Amino acid sequence: MHREKVNKGFAEMFKNGVIMDVTTPEQARIAEDAGACAVMALERVPADIRKDGQVARMSDPAMIEAIMAAVSIPVMAKVRIGHFMESRILEALGVDFIDESEVLTPADESRHVDKRGFAVPFVCGARNMGEGLRRIHEGAAMLRTKGEAGTGNVVEAVRHIRTITAEIEALKGMDENGREAAAAHNRVPLALIEKTREQRRFPVVNFAAGGIATPADAAMMMAMGMDGVFVGSGIFKSENPARTASAIVRAVIHWEDPGKLADISRNLGAAMIGQEMAQLDVRMAGRGI
Amino acid sequence: MVVGLLGLQGAFLDHIRHLDALGIAHRIVRDPDGLQQVSRLIIPGGESTVMDKFLLEFGMMEPLRERIAGGMPTWGICAGAVLLAETVDGRPGSLRALPMSVIRNAYGRQLASRVRPIEVPILEALGRHGPFSGVFIRAPRISALGAGVVVHARSKADPVFVQRRRVMATTFHPELTSETVFHRYFIGL
Repeated sequence: MHREKVNKGFAEMFKNGVIMDVTTPEQARIAEDAGACAVMALERVPADIRKDGQVARMSDPAMIEAIMAAVSIPVMAKVRIGHFMESRILEALGVDFIDESEVLTPADESRHVDKRGFAVPFVCGARNMGEGLRRIHEGAAMLRTKGEAGTGNVVEAVRHIRTITAEIEALKGMDENGREAAAAHNRVPLALIEKTREQRRFPVVNFAAGGIATPADAAMMMAMGMDGVFVGSGIFKSENPARTASAIVRAVIHWEDPGKLADISRNLGAAMIGQEMAQLDVRMAGRGI
Repeated sequence: MVVGLLGLQGAFLDHIRHLDALGIAHRIVRDPDGLQQVSRLIIPGGESTVMDKFLLEFGMMEPLRERIAGGMPTWGICAGAVLLAETVDGRPGSLRALPMSVIRNAYGRQLASRVRPIEVPILEALGRHGPFSGVFIRAPRISALGAGVVVHARSKADPVFVQRRRVMATTFHPELTSETVFHRYFIGL
């Protein structure tokens, strides 16, 4: 109970902030200096995982520890979907948050990690309300959209936000039978459906992720009701990572002010090269249940 | 009275339900103009490095120091307490509005975060008796106190709720509970 309180509470502290993927201590320091509220330590950013096309796993503990030593802000790291042993290892390392991520190759096609048995908090991806609520029921302290990682194309993140928002909104008009059916259909307890309906949002912090590449993308995510953003490949695949990183953080602060967003967006150099969904060999968002 | 919520990063929106329950007007502060529109300020939990950076870059550090020195009631929570401190990790702090030293994340990383019961005798005057649920998240440790700083609560031996004149700091998070008495105490400063 207390663990749940401090873990969900910790996620509240990330809000209105940007969590950045980093692959080296040097990148972690660039992210921290640019105003990241946390970093995600991983060996390859999603764009490179996508390009390499091999099995992608938890990063080397030595690499994660080097990043933990390099910065004072919280450090997250990724495990494969369902890989409870990678999760135990990251917990033993003392990372601040674990991302059970579709960006890595899934380890289990029928089950996600039972996160209730861990002291360390987890964040998980969701494309729709049911997926998000199943993750919360398994013990996730935080959610994010899946989007389509490593593409620099925000269209899938937008699709996931629109879907989740519409599904939560639809709960409002449902009678008790309808809500019971929604619980059964989504394979979650009715109490979780009721709580979501009452709060008119997921009952945990929910960030946008997957394809965010520019300050305008980040501001749009905030305007669509997201609590903050993850930026993966968008920073260190851009022409000027430090400037892009800082601009995206500023855009999350000033998302309500288009004049400031224009200033923030000016002269950043080239954003990462984006990809059309139709060109992709692998759709990461479809991983997980 | 308008309570400002410093809105550069972190859990500033979490205070809205408490202030609404007390019928207190509030406003998010993101720039020097916004600072002029408020009569009090809550510096929320979040990442102190991020808030420190943008207080400087958005030109708010000096105006905020002046407002606090001029008597504006201010409450720093966790990261906010770090920003108010005179020294942080042995170096000069940001706002230096409370003569105290803090050490960031002194108790450890997230696995060391805890809920601990807190006794706060001064809140008994407002009709609330403890213990309160003290939610500590990667909390800073107040390691030394200067002249005039009053300790309202301790956990183990460490001060966790301190005040000097109209500036108060908690290293735990009342905004993550449904308790409103800390907000009531703040608006009474």
